[in-house]
Amino acid sequence: MLTETDKKLIRLLQDDLPVVSRPFAALAEQVGLTEEDVIARARRYHEEGQMRRFGVALRHREVGFTANGMGCWDVPEERAEEVGRIMATFPEASHCYQRPRFDGWPYSHFTMIHGESREDCEAVARRISAATGITNYRLLFSTEELKKTSMRYFTEEA
Amino acid sequence: MSLDDLDRRLLTIIQSSFPIVAEPYKQLAETLGTTESDVIERVQRFKDQGLVRRIGGIFDSRALGYKSTLCAMKAPADKLDLAIEVVNSYPGVTHNYLREHEFNVWFTLITPSPEYMDKVLDEIREKTGCEVHNLPAVRFFKIKVDFKLDKQSPTAAAAAE
Repeated sequence: MLTETDKKLIRLLQDDLPVVSRPFAALAEQVGLTEEDVIARARRYHEEGQMRRFGVALRHREVGFTANGMGCWDVPEERAEEVGRIMATFPEASHCYQRPRFDGWPYSHFTMIHGESREDCEAVARRISAATGITNYRLLFSTEELKKTSMRYFTEEA
Repeated sequence: MSLDDLDRRLLTIIQSSFPIVAEPYKQLAETLGTTESDVIERVQRFKDQGLVRRIGGIFDSRALGYKSTLCAMKAPADKLDLAIEVVNSYPGVTHNYLREHEFNVWFTLITPSPEYMDKVLDEIREKTGCEVHNLPAVRFFKIKVDFKLDKQSPTAAAAAE
């Protein structure tokens, strides 16, 4: 169970950590805890799964991953679990989820595919198709990044 | 931006496991065989040059009691600017991409409750007059992959946020 102090600390931990020798001491002062307590709580959030990871968020395009295609796959319901697991084994595919279909949209599985070029992503999709036997799919390339931020939890505006 | 070997090794480590210790840069320096001030200078340079957007915690929306979803929106050319402006105005919209399809605007939405999610989506439909489909995940297979930057040719995928 998260207390108000935890929520206050999470608000700070989702901010940008200052690049100084003892960054957690800087946070401790703001939240009214000791440096040791901040470190212990941050580790606990990680162990308990509230925090998936602590680290840097990169701008993908700056490090050579210039193409990203959203792979959309029409997977029969009876193969949903098995096919999703196979897709998840591909290191080039991230965020593999099953989502509902809707009218005009027959695709159930979504995989983000990252690569250095469009051709790169297409080659990965062909390999995923061969490995799963799912042939009805499409790759939706992004033509523009309209927004990309990190979620801020426990802020007032909800 | 040119990265040397040490930059790449440093970036690979701090992407997923920035040390949660009193003196993280000192610990990184020991791992990499350099000095604390060298590590601090490199990290500051990554930020100044825009390679690193943020150093911080990536929290799990579900574990914190939040709901997340992916939305597909059909915004005709004459409504596209308005649609983008409206969608981006919500703080719970963290990612928004224009894609090549009649469903051309794809955004992720994270909210504290399902009720608030419905409210936001209704507002977006009302303000834009566009069709919006709410596609919350029914099965999760994979959430996170790291960039492998310590190899000559990067081949792996992105870290999910």
